[in-house]
Order: sequence, then C-alpha cells, then structure tokens
Amino acid sequence: MDDPLLLSRIQFAANISFHILFPTITIALGWMLLFFKLRFNRTGDERWMEAYRFWVKIFALSFGLGVVSGITMSFQFGTNWPGFMETVGNIAGPLLAYEIMTAFFLEAAFLGIMLFGASRVPNWVHTLATFLVAFGTTLSAFWILVLNSWMHTPAGFEMIDGQAHATDWLAIIFNPSMPYRLVHVLLASGLTVAFLLMGVSAFRLLVGDRSGGAGLTLKVGAWLGAMLIPVQIFAGDMHGLNTLEHQPQKVAAMEGNWETRGAVPLVLFALPNEELRQNDFEVAIPYGASLILKHDPQGVVPGLNDFVAEDGTVMHPPVAPVFWSFRVMVGTGFLMLLVSWAVVWTLWRKGGAQALNPWVLRGLVAMTFSGWVATLAGWYTTEIGRQPWVVQGVLATEDAVADVPAPMVAGSLTAYLAVYVFLLTAYITVMFGLARKAAKADRGAFDLPDRRSGRAALAPAE
Amino acid sequence: MMTMFGDPEVWLPLAFAALMGFSILIYVILDGFDLGVGVLSAFVEPAERDRMIASIGPFWDANETWLVMAIGILLVAFPTAHGAILTALYIPVAVMLIGLILRGVAFEFRAKTTGRAHNAWNAAFFSGSLLSSLSQGWMLGIYVMGLEHTAETMAFAALTAFCLTGGYAFIGACWLILKTEGALQDKAVDWAKGGLRLAVAGLLAISVATPLVSPRLLDKWFSFPEFLFLAPLPIVSAGVAGAIWLILRDPDLATGRLAWTPFAGAAALFALGFMGMAYSFYPYVVPEQITIYDAASAPESLLIIFVGAVIVMPVIMAYTALAYYIFRGKARALSYE
Repeated sequence: MDDPLLLSRIQFAANISFHILFPTITIALGWMLLFFKLRFNRTGDERWMEAYRFWVKIFALSFGLGVVSGITMSFQFGTNWPGFMETVGNIAGPLLAYEIMTAFFLEAAFLGIMLFGASRVPNWVHTLATFLVAFGTTLSAFWILVLNSWMHTPAGFEMIDGQAHATDWLAIIFNPSMPYRLVHVLLASGLTVAFLLMGVSAFRLLVGDRSGGAGLTLKVGAWLGAMLIPVQIFAGDMHGLNTLEHQPQKVAAMEGNWETRGAVPLVLFALPNEELRQNDFEVAIPYGASLILKHDPQGVVPGLNDFVAEDGTVMHPPVAPVFWSFRVMVGTGFLMLLVSWAVVWTLWRKGGAQALNPWVLRGLVAMTFSGWVATLAGWYTTEIGRQPWVVQGVLATEDAVADVPAPMVAGSLTAYLAVYVFLLTAYITVMFGLARKAAKADRGAFDLPDRRSGRAALAPAE
Repeated sequence: MMTMFGDPEVWLPLAFAALMGFSILIYVILDGFDLGVGVLSAFVEPAERDRMIASIGPFWDANETWLVMAIGILLVAFPTAHGAILTALYIPVAVMLIGLILRGVAFEFRAKTTGRAHNAWNAAFFSGSLLSSLSQGWMLGIYVMGLEHTAETMAFAALTAFCLTGGYAFIGACWLILKTEGALQDKAVDWAKGGLRLAVAGLLAISVATPLVSPRLLDKWFSFPEFLFLAPLPIVSAGVAGAIWLILRDPDLATGRLAWTPFAGAAALFALGFMGMAYSFYPYVVPEQITIYDAASAPESLLIIFVGAVIVMPVIMAYTALAYYIFRGKARALSYE
C-alpha cells in the first residue's frame, strides 16, 4: 500500500461511495415528501402530514450528510487528481459550475424554508419550497451525470496541445450514454427510497406502531417499488446495449467473455482468472449472452482478448470486480422485483399492512438499504469498467493523479474512512431511533414515551 | 460577444478572479459567523446553546455553498492553480473538510438525540467549527507566505489560524447580538468586545508580519504613489473598528434599534481586510508563481460559465435575501412544524 495512484483511487472511491448513498435517498425522497404534502393538501388526512413530518427528519439528516460529503468531492479534484482538470477542465469546468450555480444554491436556500419555515410562510410557499428542493436535487443529479456520462462516452470536443476544447455543447451535454445513465440512476434513487420507506415502516409496525401512518408509508413504498422495478430492469437492459456499442470491453468484463465469438453463453457463476485469461468453475446458460446482447442465439459478442495490445498491455478493466459487481446489482434487482410484487400482492389480498406476517416485516427491515447495495454495485460496474481510463480514450487514470506522497494519502484516507464508518453507524442508528420514537409516540396520550428508554434507544453506537 | 469588453484573454480571467474573490468574501462573512457561533457554543448553558444554533440553523447550508462556489471557480476557471494550491495545502484541507463534516452533521444529529449522545454531538459541533476555523486560518497564512513551509511561515500560519478563529468568534458574537435577547445577548456583547480586540490585533499582526517576510509586498505597499491609494484601507478600518467599539459600549445596544450595527461593522472589517489581501496578490493566483492569466481555462469555456453566472447570480442573491427575510427577527426554537 505505498502506491499513491492506488491509494488516491481508493480514497476517491471511498469518498464518492459514501457521498452517493445520501443523494440516492434525497433525490427521490424530496419528490416523495412533495407527494405526501400534496396528498395532505388535497385530502386533509392527518396521516399524510404525519408521514411528511416523520420523513422530513430523515430527509434533513440525509441531506446534511450529502452536503458535507459532497464538499469533500470538490476538493478531491485538486488535492488528488490535478491532471483531470488540466486535461479536460474546459469541459468538466462549465458542467460543474452549472451544477453549483443552478442546483446547489437553490436546494440549500430553500431547504431552510422547507425544514423550519412552515410556521413563517403561507402553506403554498412551503409546498413551493418543498418542490424547489426536490427539483434542485434532481437538477444536481442531471449535471453531474452529464459530466460522468461524458467521461464514459466523450463527444463534442477536440484535443489541442493535449487539452480538450469544447466544439459543441449540445453534443457534450447529450453525449451518447447520458440519457440511459440519467434514467437508470434516477430510477435507482426511486427504488432505494421505495425499500427505505418499506423497511423503516415495517420496523415501526414491528415495534408496535398502530397509528396507521406506518402502514400507509409501507403501502406507498411497496407500490412505488413494484411499479419502478420492471421499468428499471428494462432501462438497465437498454443502458447495457448502449454500453456494448460504446464501451464493449466493459460489457465483455461484465459477461466474463474472453474471446470474440458467436453463441456466447450467459455466465451465472465463475471465478474470472486474468492470468490464464479464462473462467474457472464456470456455470453458464448456453446462448444466453448472445440472446440478451444481440437478440440472436448466434450473435457475435466482443471478448476481452480483443483489448490487449500487441506488446501485451492490457487495455480492458480488471475483470473480477466488474463481473461480480454486475452480478450483485442484477441479483439485488431481481430480489427487489420478487419482494415488492409479493408485498403488493399480499396487501391487495389482505387489505392492510397490519395483516402482514411478522417474518415478512422482518424481511423488509433486512432489505431497508438494498437500494444502496444495488446502486453501489452498479456504480462499481460502470466506473471500474471504464478503467484504465478516467476519460474513455482521452485520459488514462494514472496520468491524472497528483504527485502527493503516499503516506499523506494514506493518512487522509484513514481519517476519512474512520469518519465515514462512524457517521454511517450514527446515521442508521438515529434513523431507527426516530422510527422507534415515532412508534411509541403513536401509542396515545396515556402511554407517553419513557424518557429513559427513549434515550437509550436513541444513543448512537453506545 | 467575446470581444465586447476587449481581449477575452484579459477580461475573462479578471472577471472570474473578481467572482471568486466575491465568493470567498461572502463565504468568510456568512460561514464565518456560523463557525464563530460554533466556537462560542462551548461556553454557554444548554438552553442558550439551542438558541444559538437555532439562530444559524436555517442558513448554514446555503452559507457553506459559497465555499463550494469559490473552490468551484478556482477549479473551473484556474484549474492549474487549483491543483497547485490544494496539493500544497493537502493536510490542512483534509483537516478542514473533516471539521466541516463534523460541524454539518452535528446540526442534524444533536437535534435527534438525547443524553450522552446529544452531548457528544454538541462536542462534535464545537470541535468541528474550531477545526474548520483554525485550518482555514492556517491555510490563509501559508498562502500569504507563498505556499512555502518553513519554520517562519508556519509560525506565521499559526498566528493567522488563531486570529481568523478570533475574527470568526467576533462576527459570530455580533450575529448573536442581532439574533438573540436577554442574558445570552449580554454575553454576546462581552464576546464581541473581546473578539474585536483579537481581530484588530490579528489585522495589525498580519499587516506588520507580511511585508517583513515578503520583500515583494513591502515594495508593493510602501512605494509611491501606490501608498496613497492604499492608505484609505487602514484608515477606514481603524474608523470602523472604533465605531464598533463605541457601539458595543452603549448600554442601550441590546434593546435599541442599533443591534444590527456591530454585525454590519464586522462584515465591513472583513471586507476591508479582504480588499487589502486582494490588492497585495493581484495578478497572482498562486503567490509569486502563477498569474490568473496563465492559469485561466480556455476563453470559450469561461465565456459559457460567465453567461450563466450573469443570469444566475442575481437570482441566487434574490432568494438568499428571501431566506434571510423569512427568518428575520430574534431566533426562535427550531421545529419542523
């Protein structure tokens, strides 16, 4: 561990992995809060307002963590990756600037009004502030995904003296992979929130919440998940076909396919072996990959061996991490399909969330953060899949890294990791603490929450 | 449009240097009072602490965004400088970020916990604010000293770290005079008096030490006729500091209509000090090494950001003003209702 390149990559991966957890929640939860608020405005049903009040706390907590971990990102470019901005700064700069100017200020300014301003402004202004915060988080996702997609499928530029110069901004913004990636990520956010709603609401029911509010949000989460997951599987497939067109080496790694050939099987399990350039212990469905990728059992699928230079330099990503991340993402996705449809089916037949079997509720609690697992696995697939490039075909990762001594990077990395582990523990503890408190508060006026046990339940990491 | 104001390779870097300077100044004033309140939060009763934090709760996030804006402009408009400055300040940047993380999340966590955990998050809020202030002051000192690390420059950085923290505590206390009442407000007046002494001492120390260690700045400050143009800065600063001192001694300050004046005066002092700095460094963005013209991105990319900034910045100012207007008056307990 004395390689600044590897350490800087781990540090960037750690920072961005920690960061993305929270926008993944706030993007869709912002719209969910607007939905709760509009339902209350329309029906006057107190349960919608109760849902708003409970989930706005989780939103505030997630937003705070997203903001502070995002600030770290804006410094990382300079501290660890100066070569990135020096080479493609003319493209990345304006995109980042537009994210800050159009999205960051918008969401930050109206968050205060959304969180604390309900008693100071008319109801419509508060609803508008809720909308603007949700809109701001989504706009922020748009700009950052434009930049990220451009790094995968660069377009609309020319290289002059080793620096990228913009020639067509519309081609840069609507670069070939942007629409697919944006849709895929926004749906991932929706699914993450669907399972978060179900998991936390199920936990409230398990600890004795009988208010009806928890049952309602569980139902909303189940329907949201059940509706989005088929769309996501379809969108993911489209995104995969787009990747096959523009980054075939990534798809070859995802499929674990070494030789370019027809009738390629779909590998379910294998241990990719880069030394012998083959798969060990392969379990596969014949013709599967050709069918999925080319819609033809004899379709020719590109293989990894096409991406080795004559001198033996490997120009494809490390195979095993991409292969496995992809399988974790797809596996989690199909589990989400199974669970959300089963829960919706049960709710439909039995009527209410209270009728759900405690074991089903426990299963939902276990799946609270399944969206995080799928999202991170998906990101690892696509980002590791771009290696050894940081900007596909334009800038190699090793040419972007800073000349910072390895011990310094190791020191900052250790500090960040310690802080992140601590914060993640506190975040999850406090989230379930809030759920427990809400469940107890709903037992009625004669059964007030016990201060001492409430305190014990809320103390993080004690 | 590019040649509307003359050579785009001249006016665009200058415009972005001005925008970046403006963002840094706004950040230092706005998050300065947040961080100052955080540093002072260690010295009060729990109920007073709640009130102090309530006074900055709705604003801190937007305030901190000005740091992202400033560092974002450095990144997008002067990419080579961004790399040079941030790799030279690697460790204090990491410390500041961890401080800002602790401070930022403590707002939420302390509101949602009780007992020992609540106390721990209060401690995180204080130490996060303190770490951020100290590391920012340290970076200021090293930057003024040309990003060099010697025993001398580090001693100077230690001094600026202490003084900037004092300055933040001062503007934080002035904010509390404006936003609180009763015993807490009386405390804030006392803090502001102490903080003013520190801030003035800090400004003096930096003004004396800077030309001593930097021959270029000695030259730039005390050559004729530049000296005449520069002279108003210290004179006006002394006048503002004197005026704040007189107002702070006014026994009717707390109840009177002048409770906003110390904060305005503190902001003016920060602005004056900042103008002195800006004068000293122009045209360099990395002291003595890289000018804003050498570091600037391609004009066509700067122009597309400039157009956006001209449209968006007034809108940002407008809704920032709206947020401050909505939460005007004395701070009340925060609730999600």
